[in-house]
Amino acid sequence: MQEEDKFLKELCDIYKPEKDNLIQMLNEVQEHYGYIPQEAQKVLSEFLSIPMAEIYGVVTFYSRFTLKPKGKYSISVCLGTACFVKGSQKIMDRLTERLCIQPGETTKDGKFSIDQTRCVGACGLAPVFTVNGEVYGKATVKKLDEVLDKLMKE
Amino acid sequence: MEKKMINLTIDNQKIKVPEGTTILEAAKQAGIDIPTLCFLKEINEVGDCRMCIVEVEGRRGFATSCIQTVEEGMVVHTHTQNVLEARHVILDLIISNHAKDCLTCTRSGNCELQMLATKFNVLSVEFPGEMTKHKVDDLSPSIVRDFNKCILCRRCVAACKNVQHIGAIDVINRGFESCISTVGDCSLNNVNCTFCGQCIEACPTGALHEKESINDVWAKLKDPDTYVVVQTAPAVRVALGEEFQMPIGTNVAGKMVTALKRLGFDKVFDTNTGADFTIMEEANEFVKRFKKNDNLPMMTSCCPAWVKYIESYEPDLLPHLSSCKSPHQMFGALIKSYYANKMGINPEKIYTVSVMPCIAKKFERQRPEMQNDGLWDVDNVITTRELSRMIKQANIEFAKLEDSEFDAPMGEATGAGAIFGTTGGVMEAALRTAQDTLTGKSLDKIEFEQVRGGKGIKKATIEIAGKPIKVVAASGLSNARKILDEIKSGKADYQFVEIMACPGGCIMGGGQPIKSSKTRSEVDVRKLRADSIYSIDEKSTIRKSHENPVLKKIYEEYLEEPGSYRAEKLLHTNYRKREKYHLED
Amino acid sequence: MKSLKEIHKIREEKRKELDLRVNTKADTREKHILVCHGTGCTSSKSPEILRRFREILEEKGIDNVRVIQTGCFGLCAKGPIVIIRPEDTFYAMVTPEDCEEIIDTHIVKGGKVERLLCRDIDGTMVDRLDDLNFYKKQKRIALKNCGVINPENIDEYIAFDGYLALEKVLSDMTPEEVIETIKNSGLRGRGGAGFPTGKKWELTRASEGKQKYVVSNADEGDPGAFMDRSILEGDPHSVLEAMAIAAYAIGADKGYIYVRAEYPIAVQRLQIAIDQARDYGILGKNIFGKNFNFDIEIRLGAGAFVCGEETALLESIEGRRGQPRVKPPYPAVAGLWGKPTLINNVETYANIAQIILKGADWYSSIGTANSKGTKVFALGGNVNNIGLVEVPMGTTLREIVYDIGGGIPNGRDFKAAQTGGPSGGCIPKEHLDTPIDYESLKAIGSMMGSGGLIVMDDTKCMVCLAKFYLEFTVSESCGKCTPCRIGTKRMLEILERLCNGEGEEFDIYRLEKLAANIQKASLCGLGQSAPNPVVSTLKYFREEFRQHAIQKECKTLECKAMAKITIDQEKCKGCGLCQKHCPVNAIDGAGRDKRIINQEKCIKCGTCIASCPFHAIGN
Repeated sequence: MQEEDKFLKELCDIYKPEKDNLIQMLNEVQEHYGYIPQEAQKVLSEFLSIPMAEIYGVVTFYSRFTLKPKGKYSISVCLGTACFVKGSQKIMDRLTERLCIQPGETTKDGKFSIDQTRCVGACGLAPVFTVNGEVYGKATVKKLDEVLDKLMKE
Repeated sequence: MEKKMINLTIDNQKIKVPEGTTILEAAKQAGIDIPTLCFLKEINEVGDCRMCIVEVEGRRGFATSCIQTVEEGMVVHTHTQNVLEARHVILDLIISNHAKDCLTCTRSGNCELQMLATKFNVLSVEFPGEMTKHKVDDLSPSIVRDFNKCILCRRCVAACKNVQHIGAIDVINRGFESCISTVGDCSLNNVNCTFCGQCIEACPTGALHEKESINDVWAKLKDPDTYVVVQTAPAVRVALGEEFQMPIGTNVAGKMVTALKRLGFDKVFDTNTGADFTIMEEANEFVKRFKKNDNLPMMTSCCPAWVKYIESYEPDLLPHLSSCKSPHQMFGALIKSYYANKMGINPEKIYTVSVMPCIAKKFERQRPEMQNDGLWDVDNVITTRELSRMIKQANIEFAKLEDSEFDAPMGEATGAGAIFGTTGGVMEAALRTAQDTLTGKSLDKIEFEQVRGGKGIKKATIEIAGKPIKVVAASGLSNARKILDEIKSGKADYQFVEIMACPGGCIMGGGQPIKSSKTRSEVDVRKLRADSIYSIDEKSTIRKSHENPVLKKIYEEYLEEPGSYRAEKLLHTNYRKREKYHLED
Repeated sequence: MKSLKEIHKIREEKRKELDLRVNTKADTREKHILVCHGTGCTSSKSPEILRRFREILEEKGIDNVRVIQTGCFGLCAKGPIVIIRPEDTFYAMVTPEDCEEIIDTHIVKGGKVERLLCRDIDGTMVDRLDDLNFYKKQKRIALKNCGVINPENIDEYIAFDGYLALEKVLSDMTPEEVIETIKNSGLRGRGGAGFPTGKKWELTRASEGKQKYVVSNADEGDPGAFMDRSILEGDPHSVLEAMAIAAYAIGADKGYIYVRAEYPIAVQRLQIAIDQARDYGILGKNIFGKNFNFDIEIRLGAGAFVCGEETALLESIEGRRGQPRVKPPYPAVAGLWGKPTLINNVETYANIAQIILKGADWYSSIGTANSKGTKVFALGGNVNNIGLVEVPMGTTLREIVYDIGGGIPNGRDFKAAQTGGPSGGCIPKEHLDTPIDYESLKAIGSMMGSGGLIVMDDTKCMVCLAKFYLEFTVSESCGKCTPCRIGTKRMLEILERLCNGEGEEFDIYRLEKLAANIQKASLCGLGQSAPNPVVSTLKYFREEFRQHAIQKECKTLECKAMAKITIDQEKCKGCGLCQKHCPVNAIDGAGRDKRIINQEKCIKCGTCIASCPFHAIGN
């Protein structure tokens, strides 16, 4: 807990208390915690003099910000057009079927979470999915299954 | 500087309006009423509902008439086939995601969406589909939020964030899932909401309304063992008539008393008398502090939304607040003590109801401090709107009622009590008493024009007994914020500060009749109600609280003097630091 | 801080040193191994390749070879890509394990690693980048430095005339002359709408106000487009230089680059570039010793497509929800914090320096009557050469898809191409010869857009495609205005019904009525264009919609609820392959029997269709 406080305190030292820093600071919070804890919203609210409801409104507006911690393995399937045309929906369907959760959710054991992203920029490798940022290109259901099997054993 | 005049044509009418006028206003001047939903003059001018779209010749796409301004030679059409079809589709889409239970909606008959649906003769929804579903938040003592009726106009957000600088609610999520909510989607009860109720006044539909409590009142009225006493706030009488189609600002005090008696209240008292007590206590407190230069400026404490605000935002400044309870709380305490005693009624059998222009009073009455010997000062608070509903439910034709007088012995009030209902009124009333106390004379100068009028912040320096007293009256919490900042930064040297949370004061409170966006942009509602209040004061024979014979008697018989031990116990209170947010993880 | 003289010196010396990058006949014993570090190749481990090369070179003590990271070469489908200069040998799909062989065979022995050379679509072996059909019809202006320089080294940018345009502008040109040049070049906004860039600059300059801003829109949200990202990753200084030129022209001293946080490499290289430019005094106070101050800050987006809309972008920079503002007033009049603001897209900026250096006439000689210069497209979908291409305006879609893109894979037919992403429309076969420029695309119901170009073969269902885009729009709608918030949702619901075989003929009318009114009444450009994918697919593939609505039929396998896979009994030879591949045992029959699909068990996955050697199975 104290370490978290330290991070937020340092964050407030780096930035000036100007309202337009909100999204920059939230990006750092997201990066640090993997989500936006309520405590952070409270600290930013005081620091930037922005009501918490507005901060919450900003957090829920931008899809990069999440309110819950992600799983140990955060799997994203690209549903950008290039990947979609190459059948990434099948990958997503398989993933939700295997993990029994929907995009945006985390498994109960906290091990996996699923997201859909729009274009990770690896269109040449379409369809792609990523595990904790590592890109798996030219994906097939079989390839996904192999990756999942391996991660599940860990 | 004279504004440049712009010539334009709207629906084939040539008109001339000052530069900077919106197309919507210009149309209004030409007698054309362009429909709007999200527009709330000077509060929410964002153009997001799209109802007010019009066609401008030579321009691609529609213009947004509520925000876009006129240009020389502009030719505007407000109801082309194109516009009409788009407006129909927009309205249809809004209705497609709106709970259609108008029969069981508190705003039925006074709903801007309903009016548009009637105007456009919407008989069925052409594009039905999934509706967003929301839990109703009725956990707070004051406000119920039912976002199944929300149309995302954002007028409430603007009132809360831009007008009041609170921001308890905001738009969350995006796209179809957007809704107006609080941080973490929790109850208003757990956030920085002050319960001023300006959001309710801004809402065009039934998505926001007061937590109604008239059923409890009805039950007590029907109970022969309960002695039900009602008191009505100064601002109620100049607005209640509006619910019965009477002109805005009509003083209906006499009819209101008749109606309350017909409803079955055992006694009908006037909160104005309570206000006179507040002045006695507050002026006394002020004179004491002023002489000792102790915790100045002193700040008024009659507004519960303001009190909640300072408790959660500036707890360090709490010693500046007057320790006086608000008038109706004082009055409730006296009814259950002095009056019960005098009339030989068991105070436990007394049920006190306050009719208030305010919904924060619902919150205030259940603060733990607001009781005496285990009895609540006030058992129930209903708003002006709720009273009108009771009158209607009792089949009373309000406009045809005869006038009656408030009941003795606590029915007599002064003009000073009357002006409590408007911004600057508490200050003026207090000054009338303070100057007499400080000079030891009965002065004729009783009207303090400097603190009257609709400005959000009114500063004045008033000379009493050769000493200048710097005062300020602010209404609206954003203005309150400015005064607090001045005080905190040491820039201000006021001695007396009056704050009312609602812009314009209690007459514009969150419990008052709701005026449509159209009325609000065409009529100065605040001025009409305020004028009426000042005319009550002007017509009063007694205009200084300390000259009220009822007060004199009660102080003589019971309270002894302002600030006495008993007065402190019954009429004063204390405050505490409050967390802005108490959220669950 | 570097003086102008020092910068001139760097340019001269570095240019000589880097001659081998652009000159196959360069007289040097040095070699440069260029390893693509665009996002695509980085995803397939190009940084590891770079590391490996360096290790091997060190082990072997080879000192005349440098390994350099560059921006995107464009042919992402063949990534990771390695190019060896000066001979310009192009190795495709390189793995870290290949590095040693490349060094041994190519560098040490002077040969070629043939198995890693790229085969063109016609099967010919190509060993030089420029010999690939993919590159032949391209013309690189915006991408000029991508794949040539190390984007993290300002000296390499300076070597190829970097910051020379800024110097020219500050020394020899008035702001008016700069604007005049841009106007005469005919450059139009590459973000999609095609507003004349010079005019925008002129309007912003003319707006009253002491404080003005220059903003670069790098919030590339079109799913399947990555032009801007490649420029930022491959040549970040070109954007900084152009922003400085723009700032000088309009009278601004502060700039913002609004870039997606999802582009970590681009953000990092931009920051390096900004730091280097500040270090050299090219950003900051009194640039090049002139009375001109300018600095740039990066602002990160956080995942909202709508922030590509300029007023939503401004809201986001100011720290709020990215909800568009009503226009007018335009940002040129009231933008960031109400001050006049110039907003241009990254690709637009990437053209500026060269227009200044080579002149408006040069630029306007490229392209068509009203669309000048080149356009970068991110070519994707069912096309062989997926990647980034830059072509002169007026190039036909056919040339892009077939000559550059190498046609459709697996011998399928072209069905349609989609440009402009969720705001654009589809282009059917009959318009393959349409020249790509702003007006022609608009005339056939699509738009230039930011440059996403997705090719679809005949296995794609156009109703599904429309649904895909509407899903995108619905999830990315900001929710501010009614038509977009609720209207697009209603359109999506109708499309879902159609794809589920639950639609009716009247739904087509409903779609059209909603589309028309959303286009007219929405608050911002994105809302107004949100129905475009539906409108254009309805225009060209109306019959397909009717089949879905009336016959409840989808000719492709995409609408699973309606698909019915059958085996042509005449063509079936009873080989049983389909049965073997079926994941749910939905195929009946044994031995040499002709096979039959059990419709109750079938999940319409299409595996059997692909497995049948006799093309006997179909929908």
